[in-house]
Amino acid sequence: NAFRPILLLGNQNLIERTCKQTPFYDLCIWSLKSNPESRDASVKKLARIMVDSLKTKATETLDLIDELLQDGLALDPEMQKALTSCAERYNAIIRGDVPEINEALKTGDYKFAAKGANDAAIEANSCEIEFPTKSPLTDMNKVVHDVSVVTASIVKIIQTKFSF
Amino acid sequence: MVDTKPLLPASNSTGSYLTGSGVNSLKPIKVYLTIFCGLLAVGLFAALLIGNYWSDNARIHGSLASSTSKRTHPLRPVSRGPAQGVSEKTSGIWAGVSRGPAQGVSEKTNRVRAGVPGNILPEPWNSTMLEWQRTAFHFQPEKNWMNDVTGPLFYNGWYHFFYQYNPNGAVWGDIVWGHAVSKDLINWFHLPLAMVADQWYDKNGVWTGSATILPDGKIVMLYTGSTTEAVQVQNLAFPANHSDPFLIDWVKYHGNPVLVPPPGIYKKDFRDPTTAWLTSEGKWRITIGSKRDKTGISLVYDTKDFINYEMLEGELHAVSGTGMWECVDFFPVSKTEEKGLDTSINGPEVKHVVKVSLDDDRHDYYALGTYHEKNGSWIPDLPEIDVGIGIRYDYGILYASKTFYDQNKNRRVLWGWIGEGDSEAADMEKGWASLQSIPRTILFDNKTGTNLLQWPVEEIESLRLNGTEFEKVEVKAGSVVPLDVGPGSQLDIIAEFEIDKEALKKATGSNITFSCQTGRGAAKSGALGPFGILVLADESLSEQTPVYFYIAKDSDGDLKTFFCTDLSRSSKAPDVDKQIFGSYVPVLKDENLSLRVLVDHSIVESFAQGGRTVITSRIYPTEAINGASKVFLFNNATETCVTASVKIWQMDSAFIRPYSDDDDKDDDDRKSSAPCLLLCPINYIVSCVTCLYFICHVSKFS
Repeated sequence: NAFRPILLLGNQNLIERTCKQTPFYDLCIWSLKSNPESRDASVKKLARIMVDSLKTKATETLDLIDELLQDGLALDPEMQKALTSCAERYNAIIRGDVPEINEALKTGDYKFAAKGANDAAIEANSCEIEFPTKSPLTDMNKVVHDVSVVTASIVKIIQTKFSF
Repeated sequence: MVDTKPLLPASNSTGSYLTGSGVNSLKPIKVYLTIFCGLLAVGLFAALLIGNYWSDNARIHGSLASSTSKRTHPLRPVSRGPAQGVSEKTSGIWAGVSRGPAQGVSEKTNRVRAGVPGNILPEPWNSTMLEWQRTAFHFQPEKNWMNDVTGPLFYNGWYHFFYQYNPNGAVWGDIVWGHAVSKDLINWFHLPLAMVADQWYDKNGVWTGSATILPDGKIVMLYTGSTTEAVQVQNLAFPANHSDPFLIDWVKYHGNPVLVPPPGIYKKDFRDPTTAWLTSEGKWRITIGSKRDKTGISLVYDTKDFINYEMLEGELHAVSGTGMWECVDFFPVSKTEEKGLDTSINGPEVKHVVKVSLDDDRHDYYALGTYHEKNGSWIPDLPEIDVGIGIRYDYGILYASKTFYDQNKNRRVLWGWIGEGDSEAADMEKGWASLQSIPRTILFDNKTGTNLLQWPVEEIESLRLNGTEFEKVEVKAGSVVPLDVGPGSQLDIIAEFEIDKEALKKATGSNITFSCQTGRGAAKSGALGPFGILVLADESLSEQTPVYFYIAKDSDGDLKTFFCTDLSRSSKAPDVDKQIFGSYVPVLKDENLSLRVLVDHSIVESFAQGGRTVITSRIYPTEAINGASKVFLFNNATETCVTASVKIWQMDSAFIRPYSDDDDKDDDDRKSSAPCLLLCPINYIVSCVTCLYFICHVSKFS
């Protein structure tokens, strides 16, 4: 395939070069390297691995929200309201954004991948600010937000630098 | 009306009155029977009245409930109601084309939430706010996602609008072709899907395309398909039946695809074929956007039959650094006449426009230049504002626009996709996402020579209701003037502003370059701006959307005018787009500053200097909705007073709904009054007969 860049330095370097162009280098490296499929992956495959990571993290967060809501009697109404709201947002990430990103990556209409990734970051952030006091989801919201941002960055790389 | 006479004893001509002992034993029976008849008659009469009441109600909601699938989502708006001062035109339920529940919306309600009833909207949204967002006179399908216009055309008395549509949810995906028709580009009938992803060559997406109307009046459609391998190819389709004015059914050419990515072009960088135009050799020519590395290009093909193509050497044009060119549009404009031109027109009185949608920054750009037919190339008039690096159709969020030649009214009309600026969670709650701009006429701006003028089609003015005029209102520096026009969600606003000439001369210049984006919005004062109007603003201005001018004076004393829309305080919600949009707008020496703004709930389309610079934005207030939404004039400049003359019309809602066979209003009336007309005589006759029968029999016994 004439369009694969010549990988003179092996794929490890591609992962590193890609992650350097994202704002969360460590998270990017960790997410990609912990997935064995990243070994011979193209940049586009790296993007898909990142989206899988986004879906996993978002699903974990939604499961946690459900757990906390099951504890219904122990929660004050404000907390309940925020958690329910967050559930809607994470639902949107998993059922709306992730499929949108995947279809866009598959068919090559990359701006919709960017749209989905950017929205996922907004949903995670919006969830976090809904808690009037202490948020039980801070760590998870941050992970989902950052993974979304990394995904958007990799999509940008695909869009502007490679014909992948 | 029931005749009570039968209840009275009839005079007996035989004279055989009840006498003697027989009378006494029969009297109670007669009484009981009379009472029975009476009750029967009253009962039947009551049934008649109740039946009428039911059928009255059915008539009001009849157009929604009749032959259709269930409403699947409680938030879908029915009617804006009289509070808006608008008529009861509603967008009803899809008739006859069952889509099933929008999966992304209804399935979520299956999630178990322990102890949390009812409302599960993400903060700060509630159903009133979300329902308000749906527009009254902008094209949108009843639900789900829409993006690019595809293949717009006028044929056999109807304007056709096809569009990228997702039948399964409020995000992009599973793209097929939606379809609607209109007589006037404003009121629309939704029709069944025109094309779906049922072939290997468009299985992964029935994407954008364009129509060409042949000299014999027949239509050919070229469109991009994303194949099962996700390769972008071009396909040919045409109406199954040219004598169907609605062009409901479409046939895909059996030999598709007719074009595949040529050598050197990546399989995912080859899409959106244009309308064809005739060459002097009598061949048809089209162009298709693509890229090589980071250079955006447009390839050119000639064909005689739309089936076999020869690719020309070179490209129509290329601009480095612009990335992938989507939705390329190529058309002539008249330098001298205020009308549109058929795509094939060429000559000395004509300039050609190349327009591209840049995938990288999601903006639409155009440039004017000269078309060289011999080698199928185009040269821009001014390379420094070449396509992709110069003027934009719209400084807001309009994208993937496309024009068509409207041979009905000899004008070139532009459609543009307007996406959402809110979160996906809200879109899933609403059950819909995206709008189209109001179609705009395109004319060459011969005053500047560099711009096109866009203006909402004149048919939009048929929606104008009562207008209010405000003449020469003085808006002092640092002030806000309310304009009392009633509800502020559906408006057509035209305003002109005069600046004090002395103030212009005396104002202090600055060496800081101004731009709408860096100018920090309408709250940041300058010597000669910002000033303009506030729309979708509540009484306390806690939410407001300023549409304004800013005159910047540089250190040499030169004036430059900017036109902006500031979303930073448009909503208290934290999860919506809050950018500041806008650009430099050329203002000629003898011109006053003028603007036109169409407000239609969550969309604001703003036009400056007759459409020389346009900004389309999406607004999502939490408070400035329904009756709380108002309009103000404002002047935040420090060194000048501004005099404004404004005319504001309330706008009626358009008809944008599914087409059904009983589209006749008379039919509806006849249907609902049928029960009454049937029941009345039946009731009457039955009552009379029953009572007469019993009375006669009773009389016989006496």
